Amino acid sequence: MPRLAELGLALRAGLLTLLALALMLPAWGDPYVVKLATRILVFALAAAALDLALGVGGMVSFGHAAFLGLGAYVVGINFLHGFEGSLLLGFAPTQSLVLQLVLAALLAGGFALLTGAISLRTRGVAFIMITLAFAQMLYYLFVSLRRYNGADGIALWNRSDGGLLDLEDPVAFYFLCLAALLLFLFVGGRLYHSRFGRALRAARDNERRAQALGIDTYRVRLVAYGISGAVTGIAGVLLANATYFVGPAYLSWPVSGQLLVMVVLGGMGTLVGPVFGALVLLLLEEFLPGLLDSVRPGLGESWKIVLGPLLVAIALYARGGLWGVLARRRVARVRWTGPRAAKAPRHV
Amino acid sequence: MDPSLLLEQTLNGLQLGVMLFLLAAGLTLVFGIMDFINLAHGSFYMLGAYLTAWLVGWSEAFLPSLAGALVLTALVGLLVERLVARRLYAADHLYQVLATFGLILFFNELIRLLFGPQPIFLEPPAWLAGQLEIAGAPYPRIRIAIVLAGLMSGLLLWWLIGRTRLGMWIRAGADDRETIAALGVDIGLVFALVFALGAALAALAGAMAGTLVAVRIGMGEEILILTFVVIVIGGIGSVRGALVGALLVGLVDTYGRALLPDVLALVMERSVADAAGAAMASMAIYLLMAVVLALRPQGLLPARG
Repeated sequence: MPRLAELGLALRAGLLTLLALALMLPAWGDPYVVKLATRILVFALAAAALDLALGVGGMVSFGHAAFLGLGAYVVGINFLHGFEGSLLLGFAPTQSLVLQLVLAALLAGGFALLTGAISLRTRGVAFIMITLAFAQMLYYLFVSLRRYNGADGIALWNRSDGGLLDLEDPVAFYFLCLAALLLFLFVGGRLYHSRFGRALRAARDNERRAQALGIDTYRVRLVAYGISGAVTGIAGVLLANATYFVGPAYLSWPVSGQLLVMVVLGGMGTLVGPVFGALVLLLLEEFLPGLLDSVRPGLGESWKIVLGPLLVAIALYARGGLWGVLARRRVARVRWTGPRAAKAPRHV
Repeated sequence: MDPSLLLEQTLNGLQLGVMLFLLAAGLTLVFGIMDFINLAHGSFYMLGAYLTAWLVGWSEAFLPSLAGALVLTALVGLLVERLVARRLYAADHLYQVLATFGLILFFNELIRLLFGPQPIFLEPPAWLAGQLEIAGAPYPRIRIAIVLAGLMSGLLLWWLIGRTRLGMWIRAGADDRETIAALGVDIGLVFALVFALGAALAALAGAMAGTLVAVRIGMGEEILILTFVVIVIGGIGSVRGALVGALLVGLVDTYGRALLPDVLALVMERSVADAAGAAMASMAIYLLMAVVLALRPQGLLPARG
């Protein structure tokens, strides 16, 4: 993540304009726009959190949906027990947003540390496959948990209790999500430039040199993976509240892929880039079907037939993502790919 | 435990195992040789099933249809290799994931447009209908045919890789691609052939699965993730590892589903045991993977040293 002062004037002006737009958006008064923008903010938070592991740490996680889903289920399970008036593992369920956020961060962060401790023993492609497999394990667990409606999921009748903040008010909830995203971008930016962030990037760029400097690369990565998981869990709490729904679909592998796409599309290793990735991808998802329908009725349903080749094109031709285009600078590369990658010929 | 039930579950596990092996062999070869992770491998599996079903519906002859579907899928594999994979061999794995994720979306929507959203059915040929008595217990012929066909494909693959010139190139390419290219072997051609071979094997597995369950969109992704587990357990890039991993995962998954609820019912209430057993069974192979990785991060039979 570049410091604001390092950016070009035009880009700084653009970012500030976007922020001003985000702040004024509810004044437009269209509930549909606020709802869509809230969704974008929530996914932007999850994508930025993934970028901490993926772009900054060089860990290609294909299982971040697990953390998102865990956070969402913290809300869903507490709601269900509160609705029934039953106890949750012997404790009274909580509807307090603050408590749910803490629980989600602990649970998702804990799961990230646990699975990370195993996954980070491998590298490269094995790491990708293992993170995917762990997320899938959790997916099947929630599908088979009939106590929590299995594959049907839990419909929420109301949002969490925000204390002084009335979360049922769409505008209030929108500003909560915006504040959460800005807070993470600020904290993440501080982290990025901190001693820890430098160690993490050093481990990504040159593992051997980092180790020679006395950095425990395994531990640094694990901590970053844990933080990334915890923040994604927090995004999960917001997602459940935004959609009034919690289901295993939130943990399914296409969601992990979607988050990955947002990060790469936006520009990885920048934390702020994925926000643009989330914005563009969700706007595409919202408006591309209608656009295709106007070309040929019924085609909108198959909008992914356009998205798929678009992703291929990004992987082939636009690896810096949107941020790379906007900032006209090289963005971080994933280098922590293990010894085999070095053997790959440049041209085949 | 009823021995005939145990035998039936063992055969079921073997059948899932050989199907996983057909998928894993292609995926692990492509990875071992080209350093390429192909999420769209499951799409070849789905294509194989759809094309076989379509050709059977058209020609009513099973084996020629199967052969036609394998050839067509191999050609699609060649096309994917030429247009997408080839340009990404030297790229970070992340971009390979991104591009092949895009390919999955594309193939799923393409199939939806061509064949509609409803699942379709692939009837096994008449000569494979009915049951066969094994040790006094009836067992569907089609499942036995699948196990045999899978084992034969495995043998054929072993012969191809271990005993032919192409196999020698493949093994050499996996070890040191610069040197073999310098020795005058057209390594690009070898890559393309391996990719097409992997696609055909996946299509075979898909056609087999199609005779047992409905042919539907998204069938490839579920089994692809199981295949990843197989490859990670066996050791990435290793065909022998893929075989061991596939059989292990096939058996653990099948036994888990069939036996865990009964085993748990011994120590807890039936309804609780059923729910807990189902949850644990679906997690069993991932726990197996976690244990293997914790003890041997390189997999059970790694490709080299």
